Amino acid sequence: MIEFLLSKVGMRPGASAHAAEVDGLIFYVHLLMFVLFVGWLGFYLLALLKFRRAANPKADYVGVKGHLSTYLEVGVAVVEAVLLVGLAIPIWARAVDRMPTAADKPVEVQIMGMQFKWNAHLAGADGKWGKQDIKLASATNPYGLDGADAAAKDDVTCLLGEPFKLPVNRPVVCRISSMDVIHSFKLPDMRITQDAIPGMVVPAHFIPTKTGKFVIICAQLCGSGHANMRGDFEVVSQEEFDKWFAEKSKAGGGGGFE
Amino acid sequence: MSATHTSTLPQHGQGHSHSHDAHDHHEPNFWHKYVFSTDHKVIGVQYAMSALSFLFFGFLLMLCMRYQISHPGEAIPIVGSLMERVLGEAASGGKMSADLYNSFGAMHGNIMVFLAIVPLVFAAFGNYVVPLQIGAIDMAFPRVNMASYHCYWMGGVTWFTGFFLPGGAAKSGWTSYSPLATVAEFGHSFNGQTALLVGLVLLITSSLLGSANFIATVVQLRAHGMSWMRLPFFVWAQFVTAFLLLLAFPPLEAAGILQLMDNVFHTSFFLPTGLVVGGSQLPVSGGGSPLLWQHLFWFLGHPEVYVLVLPAFGIVAEVIANNTRKPLWGYKSMVYSVIAIGFLSFIVWAHHMYLTGMGTKISTFFQTTTMMISIPSVIILTALFISLWGGSIRFTVPMLFAVAFLPMFGIGGLTGLPLGFNASDIYLHDSYYVIGHFHYVVAPGTMFALFAGVYFWFPKATGRMMNEFLGKVHFWGSLVCMNMVFAPMFVQGFKGMSRRMSDGGAIYFGKDVAYGADPGVLKLNNMILASALLLFVFQLPFIFNFFWSIWNGRKVTSDNPWDATTLDWATPTPPPHGNFLKEPIVYRGPYEYSVPGASRDFTPQDQKDPKG
Repeated sequence: MIEFLLSKVGMRPGASAHAAEVDGLIFYVHLLMFVLFVGWLGFYLLALLKFRRAANPKADYVGVKGHLSTYLEVGVAVVEAVLLVGLAIPIWARAVDRMPTAADKPVEVQIMGMQFKWNAHLAGADGKWGKQDIKLASATNPYGLDGADAAAKDDVTCLLGEPFKLPVNRPVVCRISSMDVIHSFKLPDMRITQDAIPGMVVPAHFIPTKTGKFVIICAQLCGSGHANMRGDFEVVSQEEFDKWFAEKSKAGGGGGFE
Repeated sequence: MSATHTSTLPQHGQGHSHSHDAHDHHEPNFWHKYVFSTDHKVIGVQYAMSALSFLFFGFLLMLCMRYQISHPGEAIPIVGSLMERVLGEAASGGKMSADLYNSFGAMHGNIMVFLAIVPLVFAAFGNYVVPLQIGAIDMAFPRVNMASYHCYWMGGVTWFTGFFLPGGAAKSGWTSYSPLATVAEFGHSFNGQTALLVGLVLLITSSLLGSANFIATVVQLRAHGMSWMRLPFFVWAQFVTAFLLLLAFPPLEAAGILQLMDNVFHTSFFLPTGLVVGGSQLPVSGGGSPLLWQHLFWFLGHPEVYVLVLPAFGIVAEVIANNTRKPLWGYKSMVYSVIAIGFLSFIVWAHHMYLTGMGTKISTFFQTTTMMISIPSVIILTALFISLWGGSIRFTVPMLFAVAFLPMFGIGGLTGLPLGFNASDIYLHDSYYVIGHFHYVVAPGTMFALFAGVYFWFPKATGRMMNEFLGKVHFWGSLVCMNMVFAPMFVQGFKGMSRRMSDGGAIYFGKDVAYGADPGVLKLNNMILASALLLFVFQLPFIFNFFWSIWNGRKVTSDNPWDATTLDWATPTPPPHGNFLKEPIVYRGPYEYSVPGASRDFTPQDQKDPKG
């Protein structure tokens, strides 16, 4: 029902496990807005009609008596408090405080924003991240991956906007940063937005529930190529992901930078 | 209580003992009358004329941008070749480069906020009307007032020079987030961003001088009998606004100077260690914090929203009371609400930063304060709605704008709610939904209040009325077009269209449509452009009406053409230097309309006997 009504105003259908929660809050807030606005508007149009000079040549010094508006204002405050405590705060707490643990077998991806491309980096078949050093970072090696390090040899890197793949129905943890200016890593269909801020690495997690091709929007002005900073990724079945991962890992991400 | 304030002052209103300015005894020459004037009314008009010009300029920038994003990669007709001649390569072939688009975007925002709307709503209307409404002969510090305008003017000129500096005007958004603001034109130490920051320091100086002056004026110069609860609501709104400006701007002034150091002398206040830009390490020491800039910016940025809104509430309240012919409903709760908004507006700023990586505790604090501040806003708006009930409503042109303000501002305010909850903000953040939200607050919101104010006080300032027919054309055209411009943005936001895209989002909604993307969203760009152009056409009657009426409008037959109650209408028309012919004494509250038993349907504040 909620999904249907939101799609009528153009909302993209969600594609992650927590999307329904976010959409639910969006829906209930809009319901409150709608009720308030229609209430105001009805009162307003009636007042304009009824109390136009031609209909009511002499104004009433006192106007509205009683405390109805006070009750309404208290009502608005109560509804806002319920939305806040009942929905917004718990959703946020789950998003930032309950990161998937090792037991959840999450796929971990380092996301690096740069002018004007997204980069993704996964630990290779050995499950270890290659050594990274900022002094080695360059336009073609955004992570400063040390090609001499053995652990780096099999890392999976999708650089300069190369699309990457994620398995469906498995937790994904993105560790998001930037090497130059502030970008914002927005996956509208996953209901994920996290600024990519240089000097900070901030995690964001979600569970994709639908397969298909998805976009990454850069949602923070980052310079002349901001509009072109589109990223793409694909959510695929576990088998297809494993196949892709094995191939990429074999080809190696860390070796090409020497 | 205020008797002690005014009794120590010389009685300027009676035309003698002008100790502060010997020129008053002569007819002042052009320079003293219009440029170096210390008269609050002249300064108010200076602010109004400058700010209206900037408003128009900011609107033109936006029209160019809207055309370009509707027609990505195509030359802009007529204006394009002109832009190429003035701005050179950035507009080669009559097309805006992405950099130029970003420049126009940043300058549209900055000009509208700092050079157009705030100076209009606070400095222009505040300067002209506040001293009149409290029964003062001028502002408390007339020369400081003049300095304030001159700083403002220099700030505006400094910004304008940015367009002609290497790399063009500032292009990092009106928010100037570091490190982008520093690295965007790293090769040139004196670039558009430098001009923006230098201008900003001048504008903040102007604002600080002005706000201190407003506070002193309202505290010290109220007429005999003008107690706090007899102040017109407009004065209350301006008084609280002055505190916001006084306390919120200094952090941004400091931040602006720090970013200036980053840009010109390559310090690292806002630059972290290890920046790699365009493939090479940035030659700065690092160790700074990009988030520090955001905190300092939004510490002003959010109160600034209320700087735009509170005086607009004030204007609307005056016009509604006058045209419903009854007192404002809930005047006291409106005053307390305005004070509450003033305090709360200082502790909501980080709701602009939910998605920087904020933990649950901090975001809960800022969400809670954000919901709290919506309550006094709802109270004020509800009080204004209820004020209509029982009135005898005259639909004059100022009243049309004031009445339309209510639902329009209502939309703007309500659409702030899903952005104020962090979890719904995840999806809507930085989308066109945000653009729709704050433009509803400012354009059909605050700007309609401004238009109401212009039509309302025009006869006091010039002695002539503005043409009513042209006013109505202006009103209905603007109302329809503004909604056609801004309402589709909510839909675009829901569809996931992000702001500040120099191609209008084409790359995300192009042929290779990914999951969830609806290419139909781009068609709305064309509708918005057509509506914006039409909106431009409907501003022409206003511009013509404004200038034509100064010399040819219908002359007012009374000093109080709207039958109003506040002291601004107790002066000669236009008010002379010193404002009042005799010292006004206040006997009652500001909105004594339709008092039972009174001889007329309005009883001015300075009229001793309601039956007189």
